Amino acid sequence: MDTSMPNNPSLDTSPLADCREQSGAEALNDALGLCLQRDANTLLIGEGVPDPMGIFGTTAGLRERFGAERVLDMPLSENGLTGICVGAAISGMRPIMVHQRIDFTLLAMDQLINNAAKWRYMFAGQASVPLVVRCIVGRGWGQGPQHAQSLQALFAHIPGLKVVMPAFPDDAKGMFCAAVADDDPVIFIEHRWIHPVRGEVPDGYYETPLDKARLRREGRHITIAAFSFMTIEALRAARALARLGVEAEVIDMRSVSPLDVPAVLRSVARTGRLLVADTGHQSFGVAGELISRVVRQGFDHLKAAPASVTLPDLPCPTSHAWAGHYYPGAVTIAEQALRLCGRSIDDAARCELNTLIPATPPDIPNPEYRGPF
Amino acid sequence: MPETTAIDTEHKLLYHMLRVRRIEEALASRYAEQEMRCPMHLCIGQEASAVGVSAALTQNDHVFSGHRAHGHYLAKGGDLPRMIAELYGRVTGCCQGRGGSMHLIDTAAGFMGSTPIVGGTVPVAVGAAWASKLRNDGRVIALFFGDGCFEEGVLHESMNFAALHRLPILFICENNAYAVYTGLDQRQPQRPIHGIARAHGLQAEEQDGNDVRVVHAAASEAVQRARAGDGPQFLELRTWRWREHCGPEIDDHLGYRDPEAQAAWQARCPIQREQDYLRRHNLLTDDQLQHLEQLIQQEIDDAFDSATAAPLPPVENMYGHLHAQ
Repeated sequence: MDTSMPNNPSLDTSPLADCREQSGAEALNDALGLCLQRDANTLLIGEGVPDPMGIFGTTAGLRERFGAERVLDMPLSENGLTGICVGAAISGMRPIMVHQRIDFTLLAMDQLINNAAKWRYMFAGQASVPLVVRCIVGRGWGQGPQHAQSLQALFAHIPGLKVVMPAFPDDAKGMFCAAVADDDPVIFIEHRWIHPVRGEVPDGYYETPLDKARLRREGRHITIAAFSFMTIEALRAARALARLGVEAEVIDMRSVSPLDVPAVLRSVARTGRLLVADTGHQSFGVAGELISRVVRQGFDHLKAAPASVTLPDLPCPTSHAWAGHYYPGAVTIAEQALRLCGRSIDDAARCELNTLIPATPPDIPNPEYRGPF
Repeated sequence: MPETTAIDTEHKLLYHMLRVRRIEEALASRYAEQEMRCPMHLCIGQEASAVGVSAALTQNDHVFSGHRAHGHYLAKGGDLPRMIAELYGRVTGCCQGRGGSMHLIDTAAGFMGSTPIVGGTVPVAVGAAWASKLRNDGRVIALFFGDGCFEEGVLHESMNFAALHRLPILFICENNAYAVYTGLDQRQPQRPIHGIARAHGLQAEEQDGNDVRVVHAAASEAVQRARAGDGPQFLELRTWRWREHCGPEIDDHLGYRDPEAQAAWQARCPIQREQDYLRRHNLLTDDQLQHLEQLIQQEIDDAFDSATAAPLPPVENMYGHLHAQ
């Protein structure tokens, strides 16, 4: 899969610094190390944090560097440990919690929604909850109904929770550092398939804002606003669309709550067309929310009704036979973009798109992947 | 417990229980005015637990509680006018009007928060104890909850973690035998609550929760052990709530509790028992008792006056404090 960074450096808003090419997982591992080094009150806890697999490599080597008191495994008590991290956070620590699958956070909703999100508000600012909850969204290799949900809309509905989902390694690192430095709870959602995505990452510690979308490709015909891994797919679609004479602007939304609506409005003011690509379900979801806000605030800019590319309103089935049908990708995004631009999608157009967009395996993140988790 | 230099040392336990009782009686009598517009769970009858435990804590120690928290807040030294103002929804309240009776906080006094989801503050308190252990700051956390909370999974998750990491925390289970209208025998099998806590690896015991001197002695030893690094402690305190689960009324007419048990528990009123103890030892006269009552009444009158005179929160305040500024 082609997951390289876009070439145009003028679009790159990361700080000037020495860079190195890294995967998302490596960038997160660096970010964790820098945060633990920077503040002795930072703690890292989660099921599997110090184990030999190190949460897909993201926590590798950290226990050795920072000790067993600060980098530790936890009992299988998601709700209890979330509350314990809230208690540590209001007592001056900066806990980072990790869930190898976001589905496990469903066991912790009481503590996340009733306590983490509300503690500052209900006690009128007399306490802070500087807590980061890393949640990994599974996909492929038969993750199935309870290991492949993308629950950003659920969290984003709750006032008091910040919800971010970076796509590229440089953002993953900078936004993670910013999340740990933030004095409020941040739900940090990592799509499992951003871990192998490679890109240039600045060296050292830096923070990337948690409330700003990032322009990843300029274009004048249509705006594609994408979340997390769908940004990768949107950029693949945009390259194909360019060959067909459609210049798509691709915005990596990066943050779900707060939602950077002004960035999308600025783009739509130029393009007049909006397609939103999200990793979650369609109904009551993030794509619908973004479209709703753009329609309400930028109706006059729109030349066509906005559209979205999302998961269907179905639990994720396990069989690999369905993966290509359940998960929309670059081809679906390109088709929808062409439709929005008034092009008819017949079999010939579909065939052309399939030629322009190299096929990728729908149930593994990269050809080297061999399972099992 | 707050410093009260006006009170003789031997009267302190009585004074603080009497103070909680009179404050809550005043709340009950004024609730019908419809000006305190929030759910309210009174601890009348259960004052020995709050006062006996708090007397075993230092100013530096921290307390967490649940929905029935007035006594815990007051006994730890929580500010009375700010509590009353909070119940009246005033801007001068301890949560500036965001919390009401079920959300109390006074960080200066070491009362770190109470919330009404049963079990909600349990892991938070354990997390605070974890922070204390990591920082080695000598602080002990005291956590109050009821027998109903013992049925929440999160309590067992929290006891497990506290025992695993030998955290400096005292779990206080106020067992008043009822969750709203439902008796303990409808909710738990015949086995001791503290026995389950012991099985989790906590040092656990059961005590008479209506005898403030017994509570104080047991809590003092438990706090000492927790502070010395012996790990989490668990006190099951048997007691009885005199009024309805939520609200100011006496609801005996509903018939969900055995009148004989009710009468027996009321005969063991913790305040009367402490008075009897002091009189038996010639430590309390009628005049002294009268003096305590007057001090308390004056404080209550002042607190209600200041609360009702305080402004309601302005509309724009509703939007603040969602995130750090």
